[in-house]
Amino acid sequence: MTNQGAFTIFIAAIFINNILLSNFLGMCPFIAVSREVRTAAGLGAAVAFVMTLTSGLNYLVYAYLLEPLGLEYLRYIAFIVVIAATVQLVEMVIERTSPVLYYALGIFLPLITVNCAILGVSLFMVIRQYSFVQSLAYGAGSGVGWALAILAMAGLRKKMKRSRVPAALEGPGITVILAGIMALAFIGFSGMVPM
Amino acid sequence: MRPALWLRRSRAVSTLRRGVWDDNPVYRQILGICSTLAVTNLLVNTVVMGLGLIFATAMSCWTVSLLRNVTPKRVRMMAQVLIIASYVILVDLALKAYLPEISEALGPYVGLIITNCIIMGRCEAFAAKNPPGLAFLDGLGCAVGYTLVLLAIAFFRELLGFGTLFGYPVLPEGVTLWTIMAMPPGAFFMLGLAIWFFRTIQKPREA
Repeated sequence: MTNQGAFTIFIAAIFINNILLSNFLGMCPFIAVSREVRTAAGLGAAVAFVMTLTSGLNYLVYAYLLEPLGLEYLRYIAFIVVIAATVQLVEMVIERTSPVLYYALGIFLPLITVNCAILGVSLFMVIRQYSFVQSLAYGAGSGVGWALAILAMAGLRKKMKRSRVPAALEGPGITVILAGIMALAFIGFSGMVPM
Repeated sequence: MRPALWLRRSRAVSTLRRGVWDDNPVYRQILGICSTLAVTNLLVNTVVMGLGLIFATAMSCWTVSLLRNVTPKRVRMMAQVLIIASYVILVDLALKAYLPEISEALGPYVGLIITNCIIMGRCEAFAAKNPPGLAFLDGLGCAVGYTLVLLAIAFFRELLGFGTLFGYPVLPEGVTLWTIMAMPPGAFFMLGLAIWFFRTIQKPREA
């Protein structure tokens, strides 16, 4: 597991171990924000960006601060603080440098702090003992995979508007079942990369 | 004195009831599905995870409520996250010490209780405005309601996917197992069906 090339990890994180469809992380925004393709694309891009950044930062914090001091058990708190700070920082930087991007991503950035997929990527990275480059590849791959899943779902839900769904199944219910079918389709990708 | 006590008790009961049934986090609010759905392939994992979640939610709500008058509004969210994270670390360490095998199987998902939207949601919506006792019951009710739905999902996934319940084989030999139930799509399908089922039987009371 630890000797895999960065590119293999990147591809595997998108298709085979999709953070959303096989690890169930980031479900809440996935269901709440997948009504429109446009907003889904914005959130997906924001998540992919922050995920890549935080997985790198959290690796540095874990490897050079927590491990030497024997404070591994504090990693939950450390990671959450790093993620919250990164999100805040990214928000400020984007606001100053690119107002257009800020209006596109702005409202989604605060939401990302409580996106479990972000914390999940950092925790998986520790458990699988990735190196720095591997962590970056894993973070970027997971982010792209998550964005891909939410985009596909938003497209599906747009089509769904014309179908007649049982009243009690409308909204979240049918979305979850659609996600199941999507996960089934993604199983077809396993075997693409030797694990 | 007596009516006041009765009133308080009834409020406690209704707070509990609302979390478990009326406003159940999973099928009414669709909150916090992330971290726990992943462990519903085996009943044992779900029970342990559920107990951890119940402990973390109830204690976090209680603590947030205790500190509600001294927490500055601006750092409220951060304070809540730190409180929740502290209790989750307790759960994680306890699991590592007493149930190392299950801790291994649950992997990162124990830590992910921190970002479970249920806890944050209850802290923010209820515990920040109500006395500690009620906040504790509210957290307890929501977490129990959440765990019960997940147990129902895990029951069917383990039964159909592995033919076992709590690890004991219950299905007769020769029954074809639904391998898909043990895999991720099974969890999505079961959750969708659970939402459908509970929303259907709740409907008449709402109208």
